This record gives sequence, C-alpha cells and structure tokens, in this order.
Amino acid sequence: MNIVVCIKQVPDTAEVRINPETNTLIREGVPSIINPYDTHAVEAALQIKDKTGAKVTVITMGPPQAEDALRETIAMGADDVRLISDRAFAGADTWATSYALYKAIDKIGFDIILCGKQAIDGDTAQVGPEVAEFLNIPHIAYVRKVEDVSDKSIRVQRLMDDGYDVVESSLPVLLTVVKEINIPRLPSLKGKMAAKKAVITKMDINAIGAEVENVGLKGSPTQVKNIFAPDAKVDRKVLSGTLEEQVDALVKELGVMKCV
Amino acid sequence: MRIEVRSEKCVGCQVCIDSCPYTAIVMKDDKAFINEYCQFCRACVSVCPEGAIIEIAEEGDKVKPADISDYKGVWVFAEQRHGYIASVAFELLGVGRKLADARKTTLSAVLFGSSENEAKELVKWGADRVYFCGDAIFKDFNDEPCSELLSRLISEHKPEIVLAGATPIGRSFIPRVAAKLKTGLTADCTSLEIDAETGNLLQVRPAFGGNIMATILCPNNRPQIATVRPRVMKRGEYVSDRSGEIIKVESGNLLCRTKVVETVTEESSCKVNLQEAEVIVSGGRGLGDAKGFKLLEELAGLLDGTLGSSRAAVDEGWIAYSHQVGQTGKTVCPKIYIACGISGAVQHLVGMSSSDVIIAINKNQEAPIFNVATYGIVGDLYDVVPMMIKKLKEAKA
Repeated sequence: MNIVVCIKQVPDTAEVRINPETNTLIREGVPSIINPYDTHAVEAALQIKDKTGAKVTVITMGPPQAEDALRETIAMGADDVRLISDRAFAGADTWATSYALYKAIDKIGFDIILCGKQAIDGDTAQVGPEVAEFLNIPHIAYVRKVEDVSDKSIRVQRLMDDGYDVVESSLPVLLTVVKEINIPRLPSLKGKMAAKKAVITKMDINAIGAEVENVGLKGSPTQVKNIFAPDAKVDRKVLSGTLEEQVDALVKELGVMKCV
Repeated sequence: MRIEVRSEKCVGCQVCIDSCPYTAIVMKDDKAFINEYCQFCRACVSVCPEGAIIEIAEEGDKVKPADISDYKGVWVFAEQRHGYIASVAFELLGVGRKLADARKTTLSAVLFGSSENEAKELVKWGADRVYFCGDAIFKDFNDEPCSELLSRLISEHKPEIVLAGATPIGRSFIPRVAAKLKTGLTADCTSLEIDAETGNLLQVRPAFGGNIMATILCPNNRPQIATVRPRVMKRGEYVSDRSGEIIKVESGNLLCRTKVVETVTEESSCKVNLQEAEVIVSGGRGLGDAKGFKLLEELAGLLDGTLGSSRAAVDEGWIAYSHQVGQTGKTVCPKIYIACGISGAVQHLVGMSSSDVIIAINKNQEAPIFNVATYGIVGDLYDVVPMMIKKLKEAKA
C-alpha cells in the first residue's frame, strides 16, 4: 500500500502580530513550522504504516527552503519525500496548488492520500478536496479517527458540527484530518540521522508533467486585489476612576442591559 | 506578471520585509530579494520609500478570459442536516438578495435532500427560485453526489455567483465543485460586495492566520464561488406570503463511493451552544492556567451566559475546542461578549467583533482587544473578575 501525505511549511501565525501604527506585520523571530494539522496527517500515515507495512511518501510544494519541513517528516519515520518546487508555481491559489499536487501525486502513485484539514496561514481547507476531485477519487474531510483500514476500504469518523459521522469509503481515497485524530510522535534518534543524510528529490514542472497555463499565478482563478489591516469602528465608552469604581460602573451598565 | 526589486534603487532599509505577509522577501547582498513565496499581493510595492519595487508585466500574462458574459444570477447552496435547513442558508439569502439586487438579477437557492416544504421556506427568506432534489441519496451527507449535481446545475444554468456555508459540509464539497468547473473559490468571507465599476464580486476574508484582511477577486472565471461562516451575515426579511418557483431536479446516476454508516450526535457540543448564547465570557492566554476558566464559569453563570475561549487557551489545553471563538473556531454575535485575558489577535476578533457589546479586561493597555471593545478595563483579570462576581451577587441579592 502506498500512502502520500501532503504537507505545507507555514510561518507560525500564532506568533504574528500587526503593528497598529504602521499596519505592517511584526514577524520578527517568527519561525517556519510544518503546518500543525499536517503533522497529524503524517502521524496518521505512520500509524497505518505500523499496521499494514505501507510505504509513506511525504510531499510538499514550496520554495527550496521547504526541504527542512520534509526532513522533519523523515525524522518522524517517512520512507520517502518529494519537494515540488519550480518558480512557475509562484503565486498559486488553491486551484493551481491542487492541480500541481495532483500531477505530482499521480506520478508517485497512491492508495491513500492524507492532508491536514487546513493550513494555518490560509485557513481555506480547499486543497485536499480539490486534489481528490482532480484525481477523480472520493475524499472524507475532518477525519478524527481511523476505525479500520484494509487493502480495499477504510472506515473513519468524520467530525461534524453536531457530533460525528462514521463513513466508509473504497480505496483509493483522500482524507483530511483534524488534531483530535492523534498525537504526533517525536522524531527518533535513528530518524534524525536518516533525515540528516537524506537526499531530497525535487520535482519541477516538467517532472510532474503539468501544463504551464494551469500552474502558479497564471493558473489561479482568484487574485488578491489588496490586503489591509482590519479596521475597528466601535462606539467606545469610557470607564474612569479606580479599578473598583470602573467595575462598579460596568456592573451598573450590565444592569441597564438587563443582564442582572 | 512578476514583482521585482530594482537593486540599483534599493537602499536596503528592509521596510518591505516587514510589510510582506508571506515571508517572501529576504536580504541578499544588502538588497531586498523576492523569492517563491511571493503571492503578488503588492504590499511591498506600496510601502517601498524608494519606489524600488515594481510590478512587471510578462509575456503570456494575459489569461484568455473565458466567455463569462452569459453567466447571470446569484445562487445560494442551502445545506441541510437531518432534513432541516441550516440557519446559515437564511443568512446567505440575506446577503445574496443584496448582491442580486445590485446586479439587477435573480436569487436562487439549491436544496439537496430535505423536503419540498423546507424548499418553500427558502422562498420566504428571499429566494426567487429553488432548485430542489429530494432524492434519497442526499439523506446523509456524501461529497461526491453533492458536488456532481451542483456542478451539473451550474453548468446548465450558469449563475455568476454561488454562495455556500463555511461549515463542515460546505467547506468539504464546494472545493470539488470549484476544481471541476475551473473557477475561483474564496473561503470564509466576512464581507461580499459588488464592484460598481467591473461588476466583479469583492470577497473580503481574513488571511494569514487572520492577522490581516484580503480582498479577493475572481475576474476571468465564473461562477465566483464564496463560502461564508455561520453568523457572519444578517438574515434577510422573512415574508410568509412571498411567492417563488420550486424547480424539481432529477439526480440521475450520481457516483458515490463513500457511505455514511452511522451518525452520532454528541451531547457535549450542544451544551456549549456558543452561537445561541446571549452572553459569552471568554478567556485567553492571560488566564495562565486551566483553573482560570472556573472563575469565568462563575461569572458566566451569574449572567446566564456560556464560556468561550481564544485559540491560545485551546492550544494550551485549558479548555475544549468546542469553546473556541475565532477564525478557526466559531463565529459568535452575542449581546454581551466579555473577553478576559485575550489580547485580540485578528484570528479571534473576526469571530466576535460583531457582538453588540464587547467588554475587554486585560493587563496590557496596548492589547488590540481594546480597539474593538465598548468597555475596557485595564487590570489583572484576577482582580477584576472576582470584583465583578461580588458586585453582581450583591446586585442580585
């Protein structure tokens, strides 16, 4: 069985703040990390590998420095990795990203594809389902548990707003996973050695056999028109005095609002 | 197109590096250099004091525009669960009506599963027309039949705008529709408007973990598809005698390789019920530990409210994800939102800033939460909250 895991290297957005005076992002010292949801996808793949002996290949699309993210997954236990990188991919929206990943995955071969439910920088949750559509395979999003897996089918729990569904699918299938699915393992010493030594195979636009008009900015139906800092229009009311006086006034206001 | 730094003009001030939301600019030989992370947002172009960063058109930039002139009308995908239409559908009809009016066109809803009676409700909430398919295949949610039938209807009727809820259902299958039709999809929009000049849909969404907002366009492809989170848009007007057309759709042979074998409703997630609560008391990193939520729970209890949380507190493991408010959690608009020890990252603000009254309690007077707060108290929440509890108890007695 072949499992392909798609990961993304992202800036740790929890560390990013906006400077209200200049409306610019304060990114000083913000580290690049593997998208947290994706580490759960890698772990889910490794758990299936532990049970079935499947081969786990981790891929990422990004600039050359995304190689670091792939090495981390080798340290966790991935068998193989691919860096899908080409200047032609720059500026890709989710459509063009999914198209490039589909082309690469199709070359690599797969029975199960795993993705995190979304990346924390874009938060779109679109790439997984779009890849499945391109490959013409079913997908199940928001998977919180793999109940059973065989050569031909899989049964999982899918998180919904009001609980969960137990869903079965034939293979091949693509799953996107939520954090509740597992706790990602720490890299082993042996894994770290392997990660250090590993030669990262790069796939460019020719290697994946993509058409140039479908990748990067040119292949992207959506465009970023502009970005801006969120504005705040608030009817602000001032509380004054000592802390106790302020709390007094606030509790009175709560009374006016008929909360007490 | 490419964005390029003209190195002879660059003075190495690094202002552009700070402006870039995608970490796409690095220093090379004391000059700025734009790498593959570039998303062409042009933030750097506008901040460069030397005018050294420029946009260069390239051969082959011009995408041959698809023929989009015969796409007309606004559609809302009305999702249902257990036969009931999700409330987000009525909210989408509210904003959909405005968009349709701005484009001088019609508003249609699409309903798969559920019943004809429910389809009529969509008319009362503002739809001129409802495409309804009540076939048994839609009883449970499976991605493939939904995406296949919706794509087929879109190809047949060519709407220019399609809206869906950014729910586990909408966020799961709508991307397949966008992939199939080769068109743009913008997730989690917080504002949707028509550009008066071009007629394009201006789709505003939080980007980059919610630290900034981005306006997204889909200029050359149709339909323009957007998802909107529940509780972000206001419902339209309910008119019980509004008339509209119900068009029954045959599903035909739809491919479905997944099967829902069991549906489990979990009690715990209902108890939180953030989206229905009138008062929410929320805690963030400033609580310091899980025990802080016990204190907030007491305050919430006195106000007949419920507990919310920032992503930081959930990530720390102090409270369950079901309490999370914000871009990656729930969007809420209670009458009163009390934020305790929450700094106010945009990721959080987009989930609660439409609350009627916001009360912020934070030690740091620079915290961005104060920018959206109706009432702000600068102080230690462990001083302020117990004081509030005491005074509320006195007031009640």
